[in-house]
Amino acid sequence: MANENFPLIFERSKEGRSSYNLPALDVPEVKLEEELDDIYIRKTDAELPEVDELELMRHYNGLSERNFGVQTGFYPLGSCTMKYNPVINEDVIRLPGFSHIHPYQDTKTVQGALELMFDLQVHLEEITGMHEITLQPAAGSQGEWTAIMMIKAFHEANGDYHRDEIIVPDSAHGTNPASAAVAGFKTVEVKSNEKGLVDVEDLKRLVNENTAALMLTNPNTLGLFETEILEMSEIVHSVGGKMYYDGANLNAIMGYTRPGDMGFDAVHLNLHKTFTGPHGGGGPGSGPIGVSEELAPYLPKPVVRKNDGVYELDYDRPQSIGMVKGYYGNFGINVRAYTYIRTMGAEGLKKVSEYAVLNANYMMRSLEKEYELPFTQHCKHEFVLSGSKQKKLGVRTMDIAKRLLDLKFHPPTVYFPLIVEEALMIEPTETESKETLDTFIDAMLQIADEAKTNPEIVQEAPHNTAVNRLDEAGAARKPILRYQKEG
Amino acid sequence: MEFRYLPMTETDKKEMLDKIGVSSTEELFSDIPKEVRLDKELNLKKPVSEYELKKELTEMASKNANLTEYRSFLGAGVYDHFIPSVVDHVISRQEFYTAYTPYQPEISQGELQAIFEFQSMVSELTGMPVVNSSLYDGATAVVESVNLSVEHTKKKKVLISAAVHPEYRQLVETAANGKKLEIVEIHYKNGLTDLDQLEKELDEDTAAVLVQYPNFFGQIEPLEKINELIKQQKKTMFIVSSNPLSLGFLTPPGEFGADIVVGDTQVFGIPAQFGGPHCGYFATTKKLMRKVPGRLVGETTDKDGKRGYVLTLQTREQHIRREKATSNITSNQALNAVASSVAMSSLGKHGVKEMAKLNMQKARYTKQKLEEANLPAVFNGSFFNEFVIKLSKPVSDVNDDLFEKGFIGGFDLGKAYPELENHMLIATTEIRTKEEIDAFVKEMGDING
Repeated sequence: MANENFPLIFERSKEGRSSYNLPALDVPEVKLEEELDDIYIRKTDAELPEVDELELMRHYNGLSERNFGVQTGFYPLGSCTMKYNPVINEDVIRLPGFSHIHPYQDTKTVQGALELMFDLQVHLEEITGMHEITLQPAAGSQGEWTAIMMIKAFHEANGDYHRDEIIVPDSAHGTNPASAAVAGFKTVEVKSNEKGLVDVEDLKRLVNENTAALMLTNPNTLGLFETEILEMSEIVHSVGGKMYYDGANLNAIMGYTRPGDMGFDAVHLNLHKTFTGPHGGGGPGSGPIGVSEELAPYLPKPVVRKNDGVYELDYDRPQSIGMVKGYYGNFGINVRAYTYIRTMGAEGLKKVSEYAVLNANYMMRSLEKEYELPFTQHCKHEFVLSGSKQKKLGVRTMDIAKRLLDLKFHPPTVYFPLIVEEALMIEPTETESKETLDTFIDAMLQIADEAKTNPEIVQEAPHNTAVNRLDEAGAARKPILRYQKEG
Repeated sequence: MEFRYLPMTETDKKEMLDKIGVSSTEELFSDIPKEVRLDKELNLKKPVSEYELKKELTEMASKNANLTEYRSFLGAGVYDHFIPSVVDHVISRQEFYTAYTPYQPEISQGELQAIFEFQSMVSELTGMPVVNSSLYDGATAVVESVNLSVEHTKKKKVLISAAVHPEYRQLVETAANGKKLEIVEIHYKNGLTDLDQLEKELDEDTAAVLVQYPNFFGQIEPLEKINELIKQQKKTMFIVSSNPLSLGFLTPPGEFGADIVVGDTQVFGIPAQFGGPHCGYFATTKKLMRKVPGRLVGETTDKDGKRGYVLTLQTREQHIRREKATSNITSNQALNAVASSVAMSSLGKHGVKEMAKLNMQKARYTKQKLEEANLPAVFNGSFFNEFVIKLSKPVSDVNDDLFEKGFIGGFDLGKAYPELENHMLIATTEIRTKEEIDAFVKEMGDING
């Protein structure tokens, strides 16, 4: 593979080959050309590849070999919670009773699916301490937007049309301000203090009668617990605003505390993070939201109900914000999350958080001598280092990331959160062993050493990947977004 | 209880605590204030062994009537199609399903290239040059297309055909409340968008016109005429929601002047799974390339000149534009996009066309047989693989009886269109055999009296 391009499936194509095998036409043939207006009949066939089945399998297997997954190696990508994806989940979702059911079947014929959804909701209510859950949003960001739309509906129902501001910390995920904007709000940024926590004095100054909500991650994106959370809740509530919890970091606190106990009115979860839905190279995910009793009337339709032991879909919700996702959400991901929760139970989930936090602190303390650690208190499930020391030697954080590729690791999240210079955000997760953590620590220390003694080897990394560093600027300047047959 | 996903031993734990300089893990949680501490165990079902859990879930699944056991004539946006075996084998490879968004392209070339190929295939089918790496589903793709049109034209009125999937329209309504858009519904006439009303409502304040092709009733909308009307307004955009399988045979919307084509690739390699996850696609013109929501994969080269793929034009995205972002899409449906790609590759140039034609042939046979059983189709235009019939009694009653005989009947249109009470939307795909269709028609005739 050294200097050759890996072919596109189109380039493996040869006229006359095929790998399809469709049922035969067993009904009398109708001349479609006579029935359809000629203008609606396609004149040139879509140029899809023509390959035989073996060639197709070789192609995709070849591609998979050029991809890094959690079962390939350590994937300490901060904020993404790349924990092990249990294989039982994959078996369960493939049961025909889960994978081959139609959303519009009569509810009497899908009682098992509705039971699972209902049960998952009950479990998530308990884990978050919220009054009611909907499984409808397809991803965390859709969950954020859904919850903000509900908060909007709540304020409007009270005649508070003037509440048009959402407060977001400067360390927040980019989705928070984006979701607020798509819901029609402007965002106001609250600063972090020297400890990496929300500056409560700044928050006091920012809240007013236009405050619709504060969006907060806790632990925050620096991996730190917001210790003044109750004060913050009180400040926001005192002006009539709502508290919104971004659940991306829930993996750190299960069984120790709950958003509902901290005064949050709405919360979204990323089932694919905390509850082991595989990330699929960028989805599908699932982003259920939980809300307080006060916000429950605004939940999207339909809601799963249980009446006399029978499960139903309730569409009769006059105050609902409407539907936010086709059908009932990403059911397939929800089945996986349910399977995981049933595997772990209360004791197991608490251990998950315990070990996620232990692993993160162990790594943080093992690396703080060689890498700048901007916030020194104990962290939760992730922590942020700065590559500022290495930058002075001419080695950037991106170089460190690329050098890790040579050492067979997926790099941490880089350049986020935005408030830390040359940020390296590391999240080991609870499913990694001490041996794995130690090898990664050694690799990081080796790179720190190389930055001092042999910076070129870091600056020019990676040295042994399928492709070298790619020209991203060129890709953006002259975009090639699809295959074009030559000649 | 043993927890097989947690590798830490007591010895490990002790060594790690020593390194950190604390005596227990509890100290690492001491920053959580007492007032918010959970002082009890979570009240969840007790965990069970792997064997027991599999048994429990298998029993739960068996309470659902599934499409491999029942003969289904239900479509309405989610279809029961043949899925080649290769699809699941590919997406079950952990390198695909356990990976994250390809932020490190050097070790994510597999994912990136597979998505680039997906973009290329959807581009071929829709006749649009730019395709994104997928969205949550067809409904979300429609919402994003409406948002883009509003953003691009700086206008707030959107005309939507009533023959667009009712749930897609509901999602647009929900989103419109955030952006304060004016949504105008264009009625249907004989199963097609009412062009007279469309012409009347279409004005210089209109950001976009949205239709579905084939529409929710299975009918083939006159895209050519609709485009002519739209082009009378300078800025108004033409959005078409389209079943990509039908485009194996039908002229692609791109050839009728569409500005945005969206839809769901569930028809290619993705099981119904109770409505999700499926896979929305978003296709558009070069002019709008820099406004596309979600992710785009582009081709480039590395420093040795070797070809490679990267996420590109990311300045559009929420993690950079933050509060100025016009879309908050993050994760997409990458794995399902790969599944669709494998299915499309497997079918290939001729297979996609053949499968589309098989759908059309079998649906026509079903329609003709129902007509012979005194159940004629109510709309008589050209259609793809779905059509509407009128029954003499409530659809739910008919479906109950059909279910007893091992069939899943069609969609009850009265639920979404009050004026279509007792009307059933019937879908026939390539996997329904003549025998099954004949048996279904016989039951329908008997039940309907």
